[in-house]
Amino acid sequence: MAHYTLDMPVSDAQVRALKVGDTVTLERTLFGIRDATLIAMFDRGRTTRFDLRGHAVVHTAPNVRKVDPRPSNACPYEPVCIGTTTSMRMERFTRPLMQRDGVRIIIGKGGMGQGTLDALRDLGGVYLAVVGGAAALETTWIEAIEDVDMDDLHPESLWKFRIKGFGPLLVSMDAHGGSLHADVNAAALSRRDAVLAKLGASGPARA
Amino acid sequence: MQLDPKEVEELAKALYVRALKLLPPDIKRGFERLSAAETDATARTILGTMVQNIAVAERTNNLLCQDTGIPIYNVTIGRNVDFDGVALIAAIRLGCERATREHPLRSSVVHPITRKNEQTSCGVRIPIINVDFDARDETVAIEMIPKGSGSENGSFLQMLIPADGVGAIKRFVIDRVIECGGRVCPPTIVGVGVGGTSDLCMHLAKVAATRPLGTTCADPEGAKIEAELSEAVNELGIGPQGLGGRGTSFRVHVEVAATHITMNPVAVNIQCHSARRAVGLITPGGVSFI
Repeated sequence: MAHYTLDMPVSDAQVRALKVGDTVTLERTLFGIRDATLIAMFDRGRTTRFDLRGHAVVHTAPNVRKVDPRPSNACPYEPVCIGTTTSMRMERFTRPLMQRDGVRIIIGKGGMGQGTLDALRDLGGVYLAVVGGAAALETTWIEAIEDVDMDDLHPESLWKFRIKGFGPLLVSMDAHGGSLHADVNAAALSRRDAVLAKLGASGPARA
Repeated sequence: MQLDPKEVEELAKALYVRALKLLPPDIKRGFERLSAAETDATARTILGTMVQNIAVAERTNNLLCQDTGIPIYNVTIGRNVDFDGVALIAAIRLGCERATREHPLRSSVVHPITRKNEQTSCGVRIPIINVDFDARDETVAIEMIPKGSGSENGSFLQMLIPADGVGAIKRFVIDRVIECGGRVCPPTIVGVGVGGTSDLCMHLAKVAATRPLGTTCADPEGAKIEAELSEAVNELGIGPQGLGGRGTSFRVHVEVAATHITMNPVAVNIQCHSARRAVGLITPGGVSFI
């Protein structure tokens, strides 16, 4: 298990080198995306002016403060609190996001399913687990909000963050079919019957 | 005591922000207990990051989690309090809106069909405002709970029947905890409602999920199940964030209500590790926080 620092965007080879159990810290650029953004992009045919090829997206909708554009940053927002939401709701969007927009890294919490695992393998990508709920800490890894697109969906806009030392994040799904989430779920299911027997509650999953 | 709506509005505003920033002491102690019992290396690291986050939030005066949740206000009115109920509800709503605008906070609330976000944390029937009464003299207690959605999506109801027995209740809880895995941001508090009608059962699960750690179900049979399930969920190996380990849950909490002779309902509502809540008291002496 190795630690990698990735200066975004990344190449196909860089992503495919990552294995479940490795840790990663991202530098430079990160995009924020979530439910409404992805629904707009893939169910309603909207496109973004951002070039997402080789980039990482984090499943988020941030708390932001509206500010006047400054000479150092034209974007009228500054970060208040930026964290990560549960990824599984966005499961059906992983493949099109990678295929159409070239995204290579998805950052989220709780893991994703088989469809995502297949897309990561077919298109060359990884899923990085961030500690959900640790948003005050995550915010300290974000230097600025550089830009925002589709802000009519606020706060579920498409955000462009400037980051510094974003991590360490755990590679929990890789391009080689590995998924720590699937492994943990299988282990829990294998313990189910013994746990239920101890409770005097043995039986099938649905009564 | 005459309840002043302006005081209620200010408190409703302050409580929303306070709840988002300061984790209650019982949850902090819960982290200490889980960390001490954890043997998995990844799980220990994750718990350490969560504890670090609590400290960073306090040091930087920031929100613990970006999810500002669905705002819930539980109002408990004591004896000898004169109040205008309509003004009370309006004041809480305004306080919630002001917290969102003035801090500022992310409004996480949308219309369920149009998905339109009013950017106020308010909407049809939101914030949720529950009003109850107790025997405290000249006291109004307001508890604010910003209920995070990752864990709220871990909500389930099953209308079991008497023939299914207590075993099916326990099995339902274990199976739902496995099903949720890391999606509900473990370590969690698993709230379980047993009995009542469908709506009361679901409400009991929420009451259980948001009860302070260290409290026990008042019903002895409920307390028994609570203790058994608390042991059991931490034997599944799901662990913090669902990435493996012992610490799947701080505790399983159970609340019970009597039910119909034909019914055996069970509900699950989960609270994430950012188990936020804040309580303020209004008395003739002014406002204080617990």
